Amino acid sequence: MDSKLSASEKMVFRASLELTNEDVVFVGIGLPNLACNLARQTHAPDLFMIYESGAVGAVPDRLPVSIGDPCLVTGAISVVSQSDIFHGFLQRGNIQVGFLGGAQIDRYGNINTTVVGDYDQPQVRLPGSGGACEIATHSEKILIVMKMSPRSFVKECDFVTSPGHRYQGKTRKELGLPGGGPSKVITDLGVCDFIEGEMTLTEIYPGVKEEDVQKACGWDLKISDSLKEIELPSSQILTLLRDELDPQRLYLK
Amino acid sequence: MKTSQNKQASMKEAIASSLRSGDSLVIEGFTHLIGFAAGHEIIRQKIKRLKAIRLTPDLVYDQMIEAGIVSELIFSWAGNPGVGSLHAIRRRTEARYGKPKLKLDEYSHFGMLGRLMAGSAGLPFWTLRNFSGTDLPRNSNIKSVECPYTGEVLATVPAIHPDLAIIHVQKADRMGNAQVWGLMGTQKESAFAAKKVIIVAEEIVESSEIRKDPNRTLIPGVVVDFVVHEPWGAHPSYAQGYYDRDNDFYIQWDEISRDPETYQKWLNEFVYSVSDRREYMQKMGTNLMEKIKADARYCQGVNYGF
Repeated sequence: MDSKLSASEKMVFRASLELTNEDVVFVGIGLPNLACNLARQTHAPDLFMIYESGAVGAVPDRLPVSIGDPCLVTGAISVVSQSDIFHGFLQRGNIQVGFLGGAQIDRYGNINTTVVGDYDQPQVRLPGSGGACEIATHSEKILIVMKMSPRSFVKECDFVTSPGHRYQGKTRKELGLPGGGPSKVITDLGVCDFIEGEMTLTEIYPGVKEEDVQKACGWDLKISDSLKEIELPSSQILTLLRDELDPQRLYLK
Repeated sequence: MKTSQNKQASMKEAIASSLRSGDSLVIEGFTHLIGFAAGHEIIRQKIKRLKAIRLTPDLVYDQMIEAGIVSELIFSWAGNPGVGSLHAIRRRTEARYGKPKLKLDEYSHFGMLGRLMAGSAGLPFWTLRNFSGTDLPRNSNIKSVECPYTGEVLATVPAIHPDLAIIHVQKADRMGNAQVWGLMGTQKESAFAAKKVIIVAEEIVESSEIRKDPNRTLIPGVVVDFVVHEPWGAHPSYAQGYYDRDNDFYIQWDEISRDPETYQKWLNEFVYSVSDRREYMQKMGTNLMEKIKADARYCQGVNYGF
C-alpha cells in the first residue's frame, strides 16, 4: 500500500468528522459520498443519507459511481420521487447537512459549477447546477469540499450557481434564502469557517504554512489568530478508505 | 378507448408514428431506466431539430447531439455522472470550437422538475423558493410572483408540454399500464405533461398481473399511446431487478467520446449499423449480459385484501 497520504484522502477524512450520528445528510457524487460512507463505517453508523435520485436512508454496500446507483435502493428506508426530494425534503427544510463542491468559489461561499468564462461563449462548459442550487438554498448547513488553488478560489465567480452568504451586496436574509448557507470549506491545505459570512482559515494540516494557503487563494484570505492543527487519518482509516470504500481509486486520486 | 386498446408496437413503428422533426422530446429516468434503445432508434430514423428535454442529458442525449439531430437542450445537469464531461455538448458550446451550435435552456433540477410538475398538473407555471442569490435567473424563463397570501416573492418556471415522452419501465401490460420500482425520478410528471407517451418495457405482462399490485403502477395506460417490448433497452443505464448499471461503460465512455473520430466510430458500430436493440446486445456480447444480470432480492409483498 502506498503510504503517502493524498489530498483527497485528507479531505475525505476531515469531512467525515463533521458528520454526527444524528445528521440527515444530502449526499453528492464523489468525495462527499466517500466522506459520508466513511463516517457511517466509523463514528456515525446511523447517519441518515439521502440522495437526490430519490434514495432515502440508503445503505450502499459498494461505492456508488453515480448518485443513482442501484445499490442505493437495495435496503433503503424509502425510495421517493424527485418531487418528494425537492419539495418535501429540501424546500420544507428537512435536510441538516448538504455537501457541495465546484470549479470556483468566492470569499462568501458562492459556488460556480456552470461555466468558466462568459456564459454565452464559455472557455469551459461545466455540468451546471443539478440539485446544487436548491441544496445551497435550503440545507441547514453546507459543507464544501474543494482542492485549493488560485484558479478555483477566486475573487469573483464567473457564474454563481449556488448561493453563499452574500450576493451583490445582499445577505442571505435580505435575499430570502431559508437555509444557513456554507458552514465549512474543507480543502487539501486547511479548513475555513465563515465568520460574519466571510471565509476565514481556522485549521491547517501539519506541515502546511499560512503563506502556502494564502498563495493558493485568489484573494486576501482572512486567517484566524488561533489556528488549529488538523488530525490526519490513522492507518486503519486509510485501509478502510483504500481497500473497501474506493478500491478502484475512482475518487481517491 | 385509450384504456382497453392493445398499443403494442415495435420500437421502429412507435417512434415513426409519434415523433417528427422539430418536435420537443423528453426521455426521462434519473440514472435508472434511461431509454437508450429509444434514443438510438431516433438517431437511426434521423428525426432532426429536436428540442431535447431531460434533467440530466446523460450519454443518451450526448449521443443524439453528436449525431446532429438536436438543436436545443432543456436541462439542469450535463455531465457523465461520477466520471466527468459530456463531450459532444462541450464541443458545441465552448468558445474554442467557434460559434455555439446548440441552444441551451438551463435550470437547476428543482427548476426542471417545476416545469414538468406544472405541465403534468395542467397549470401555467410552478412556484418555488429558489434561484435567489444566483445567476440562474439570467435565463428569462425564470421569473417571479408575489404570493397573494404572504407577500413573499417566489420564483416561477413555465409549464412544459413535450410533444413526446418516452418512459422506460420494468413491467407493463399491452394497454400501457406501467410499473416501476427503484428510483422513480420525474417519469410520472413527464408522462402526464407530454402530449404523447411511449412506454418501453423490459417485460410485457397480463393486466391481471398489474392488478395484483396496483400501488406499483407509476403511469396509467390512460395517458399512453404506444407500448414497446424492449429487454435490455436501458443499457448502459439499468433496470432494478433486471440488470445492473454498466459503470465500466460509463467510465470507458469518457475516452471514446473525447475524440469526435472515435465517437463517430462507436455510433457507426453500435447505432447506425445495427437494426435494433437485439442486434446491439448481440454486438455487446453475452459476457456483458452475464456480468450485469441482477441478483435476486425479492420483497415479500403486501396484503391488498379487505
